[in-house]
Amino acid sequence: MDRWQKIMDQSNSAPPDDVPVVLAREGQHGPVIHATNRAARLAGAQEGVRVVDAKAACPGLRVEYGDLAGDRALLDRLVHWVRRWCPWSVRDGETGLILDTTGSAHLWGGEVLMLIDMETRLSLLGLSARLACAPTWGAAWALARFGPVRSLCGDDVAAALAPLPVAGLRLRPDTLVLLRRLGLKTIGALAEAPRLSLTRRFAREPLESNPQMRLDQARGRLPEPVGSVEAAPPLIARATLPEPVQDPTDWLPALAEDLCAQLMQQGLGARRLHLAVYRTDGTVAGIAAATSAPTRDPAHLVRLFAERVAQIDPGFGFDLITLSAGITEAVRAIQVHLDGQKDDDLGLPLLIDRLAAKFGARAVKRPVLCASHMPERAEVAQTALADAPAHAAAAVARDRPLRLLAVPEQVTVIYAVPEGPPARFVWRRQTHLVARYEGPERIAPEWWHDRPGTRLRDYFKIEDQRGRRLWVYREGLHGDGRGGAPCWFVHGMFG
Amino acid sequence: MAWAQGATAPHRGACQKGAVTLEQKQNINEGFSVQCAASSPVTPRLAPLSGPAVRVRAASGPTLSEVFPEASSDAAAVGFVLSQLPGGMAPLFWVQDRLSRLETGLPYLPGLGPRPVIRVEVNRPVDVLWALEEALRCRALAMAIGEVWGQPKALDFTASTRLALRAERYGVPCWLIRRSAAPDLSAARARWRVAALPSAAHPDDAQAPGDPRWRIELFRARDAQPGAWVARHDRAADRVDLVAASGDGPLAEDHGPEQQRAAR
Repeated sequence: MDRWQKIMDQSNSAPPDDVPVVLAREGQHGPVIHATNRAARLAGAQEGVRVVDAKAACPGLRVEYGDLAGDRALLDRLVHWVRRWCPWSVRDGETGLILDTTGSAHLWGGEVLMLIDMETRLSLLGLSARLACAPTWGAAWALARFGPVRSLCGDDVAAALAPLPVAGLRLRPDTLVLLRRLGLKTIGALAEAPRLSLTRRFAREPLESNPQMRLDQARGRLPEPVGSVEAAPPLIARATLPEPVQDPTDWLPALAEDLCAQLMQQGLGARRLHLAVYRTDGTVAGIAAATSAPTRDPAHLVRLFAERVAQIDPGFGFDLITLSAGITEAVRAIQVHLDGQKDDDLGLPLLIDRLAAKFGARAVKRPVLCASHMPERAEVAQTALADAPAHAAAAVARDRPLRLLAVPEQVTVIYAVPEGPPARFVWRRQTHLVARYEGPERIAPEWWHDRPGTRLRDYFKIEDQRGRRLWVYREGLHGDGRGGAPCWFVHGMFG
Repeated sequence: MAWAQGATAPHRGACQKGAVTLEQKQNINEGFSVQCAASSPVTPRLAPLSGPAVRVRAASGPTLSEVFPEASSDAAAVGFVLSQLPGGMAPLFWVQDRLSRLETGLPYLPGLGPRPVIRVEVNRPVDVLWALEEALRCRALAMAIGEVWGQPKALDFTASTRLALRAERYGVPCWLIRRSAAPDLSAARARWRVAALPSAAHPDDAQAPGDPRWRIELFRARDAQPGAWVARHDRAADRVDLVAASGDGPLAEDHGPEQQRAAR
């Protein structure tokens, strides 16, 4: 919810605070509420309730769809960011982070001050957080969600957990329903129940629906270690210069070889590269390059940057150059020749990279067919640096021209005939007499793309008196109520 | 290789005065080779070939060729170049300068067939040459096509030599389509003029245009006889059938080597 609010704030389209907003996700029977803001909570919308029910209770509810994958990616980044407080951290489910602060709380002046510091810094990021500190993972989970604000739990975990509802035990909903029917509403009540009967009742259940094992985890009787994930080390090559220089060209080959050796060691290839120079006046300038396939060829990297080095503003010189691989992908080494020789030619991905580096990524295109009858939309020009399309539309069975004009050119009809194309027309100040024609092929506008009122087109393949074959169309019909008399356009040329 | 064809023995019929076959020459580096097998070398004039339709399956040679369309807004030259594509599904490389894009549009993938295309849009003719030189180093390409409008200074003899040498070294055919340009000095191994002709009869519809026909003229070639033909592109079989252009009677008649020599 905070992330959505922040995104809306950035585009200046955030609703006022008193408008109830919920984020929805797809549920089993239609969308359910994933997150709510404060106004929606006060209006009665709860998480997990279906959107239609919440709308019935609160008619002014504004419903947006949540970005679950984006939330997860944000949490994965936060896992590394929170290492400022402790060396071990891990993402906990879809909404939580677990930090193992053993031995590091005193560095922040105790657990109370550490929690306050965490809350302050997270709110500076625009994120609200509920924090708790407890000896076990399960107890911290329950206290953070159902306990008091910034609750601290000493060694007596059982006493701290006792007043909390059983929902704090990370159980599945059907188990919660069962426990409620059994009359066990709080964790304390569950803990007072005879252990033998609970074990007998839930012996065959997995961990997620076994309250006995969850309770043991929360009290520390079952181990639950924090499996911390390490951040991938940055792939970066540095060149520290003894005195400031103006031109980084001479250091590029060594940097590229250093970076490619690192890439080779990890079995990776670079897709995005960034060359940064640290100027003596304290600012950083840089240029970026992209590749269409993961690469770790030093000569190729040098060529990608060599022609654009002049774009860097050197200022009064710089004394540190770094070349870093931003996005990497795994590459497999392929042996081309049995005798270990190398081809002297240029692979297709390398060619695309070079052209994109020289002319810009938008100049190199890879057209793909698209399932549409409209001639302009039957071909979509992707940039060649983009990944190859997963599915390609089938080729058009009909006769299509070799060339298509980017904008159809209107022609002046001199001699119109009631059926078929005009017998004589002027295009580009030349008179064309239609000797033969084929058609019409009627293509209706696509109502899901086009504006209302778009007219249909009748395409003709015509041949003029000199043998030139053109693709012309008439836009609209007489009396179709969408404008005046239909006009004629040239749209393409046949071979 | 330049021209591959079903070479038949020259036969003389009642209505066919002479037949000439084109022979395939095996040396791959010599570009186009059109040889006259039936008689002594014919004069390098228009209409050296006459008689029956010499059925030629055209395949492009790995060298630099230039095509000069007769009218700039005509796609006949594009059709002719595309008919020279080798088989297979190797990608096609296509680079256009700005004026070519504006005046003659973009290559349209649904009309080109299933072969993948890499299209580069640059502004200046010198960038077209740079992109072509880079592309010719890539053996994975089926063909590199460049479109240059007019007669830019960058496209001089040196530039075309570089393109030709690189195309021959890496075995990637390179075609330059030069619109609204006069054929000036160039190192292109074969230079063509292409114009559209009224198409062949449609098999099903008398009113509709059928297979395209072009008037192609090879006006300069390194190892081939220049000549002019009427080409008919059989799109169903992806084959170009050649017949001689406008055979004027006496020259076309084959009276044997002696009389030909005498006619010269």
